[in-house]
Amino acid sequence: MIELTDVHKSFGQNEVLKGISASVQKGEVVCIIGPSGSGKSTILRCINGLESYDRGEISVEGLKVDRDAPSIVNIRTQVSMVFQRFNLFPHRTVLENVVEGPLFVKKEPRAQVLERGRALLAQVGLAEKADAHPPQLSGGQQQRVAIARALAMQPKAILFDEPTSALDPELVGDVLGVMRKLADDGMTMVVVTHEMGFARDVADRVLFIDGGVIVEQGPAKALLNQPQHPRTQDFLRRVLHPL
Amino acid sequence: MKGFWHDAVEFFPILMNGVALTIVVTIGSLLLSTVLGLIWAMMRVSGIKALSMLSASLINVIRGIPIIVLLFYLYFVMPDLGVTLSALQAAILGLGIAYSAYQAENFRAGIEAIDKGQIEAAQSIGMGWWLTMRRVVLPQAVRIVLPPYGNVMIMMLKDSSQASTITVAELALQGKLIASSTFKNTSVFTLVALMYLTMSIPLILLVRHFEKRAGKK
Repeated sequence: MIELTDVHKSFGQNEVLKGISASVQKGEVVCIIGPSGSGKSTILRCINGLESYDRGEISVEGLKVDRDAPSIVNIRTQVSMVFQRFNLFPHRTVLENVVEGPLFVKKEPRAQVLERGRALLAQVGLAEKADAHPPQLSGGQQQRVAIARALAMQPKAILFDEPTSALDPELVGDVLGVMRKLADDGMTMVVVTHEMGFARDVADRVLFIDGGVIVEQGPAKALLNQPQHPRTQDFLRRVLHPL
Repeated sequence: MKGFWHDAVEFFPILMNGVALTIVVTIGSLLLSTVLGLIWAMMRVSGIKALSMLSASLINVIRGIPIIVLLFYLYFVMPDLGVTLSALQAAILGLGIAYSAYQAENFRAGIEAIDKGQIEAAQSIGMGWWLTMRRVVLPQAVRIVLPPYGNVMIMMLKDSSQASTITVAELALQGKLIASSTFKNTSVFTLVALMYLTMSIPLILLVRHFEKRAGKK
């Protein structure tokens, strides 16, 4: 469904992605792990067209991702994104945040969209917060609203960019719970995360990225329990046993 | 003091005619400067280099010309080019154009103060540039822009007196005409000053309200 072929990306002199090739199948959950600055988030941002890429090709359902082409709108309505810092619209209510895309981008009928929006808020456990504004919610609640907003677009895949990194530890579980449910329902997901437990239990595959290249990839449990590459072993040892 | 009250009663109705024109000039030029300022600001942040440069140049040219020269140009020079404007039209157009440069910089600062993450979130649900502006950026920028916008309103109210230089009989000119015919300079210009102050105070309170609201967010 999502194909990356030899993708290169530089910020000035700094080459962040050095030939990334990967694919994500429909219904698959792929976690991307790796140290900070390794290019994990840049991959997601390139898939969604928030960043351009210099060389190679990214396609979604056969449609080339080109952030300057009109087709990017079509791709973005099919591949939603959930951000580390939620990025909810603070001037709109929770329900308005959720229905903004379907109403104004996809121009779906209002009544139908509002009904779906309320159902999605109930799905993420926030039905009673429909009329609240984002700043009135906790970080975990805001992130669940952001997931509902992504789902409201009825996407074929969702990209999660470190969705729990900005949360208090005690709020992480609620968000991961919602994501786990989505995975169980068959949603295609690409998740940049430091939550190794989530990756092990929920992901089908894990990509370990360092220095802009995929160092190792494979089935989640195998890669996380028995990493083959010394760099992956070192990274996982530091993350799982920091002391 | 008794003389002042007597003069005040006598001159008040004439000066009120000036107040009416002052309000017309202020509101007219405020609306024009807002529309033009918004257009210049949108051009600046459009991401299209040619539009951005054109807008930056326009803003610099407008900022570099004194308001009074702009008024003279519109009122005295434009007829030579075949465009004749009434004094009121020239005043509204001149003040509107002059202040559009300040409004544009104010609007641009408000737009650029919006967190980049908001724009990315809008893009990520498929919004194009205009929809992102209309639904996400501008509604949030308004809150940032309102306090300085209120200050511009006060400055425009006071600067509307420059229209007197091209014969618009607004408050300052009415005062000058009465003073030169009665020689009651103290009474007349004290009254004129008090009338400007009376019109400014609600605007000053409005700015304070905007600032408080912006501070709460």
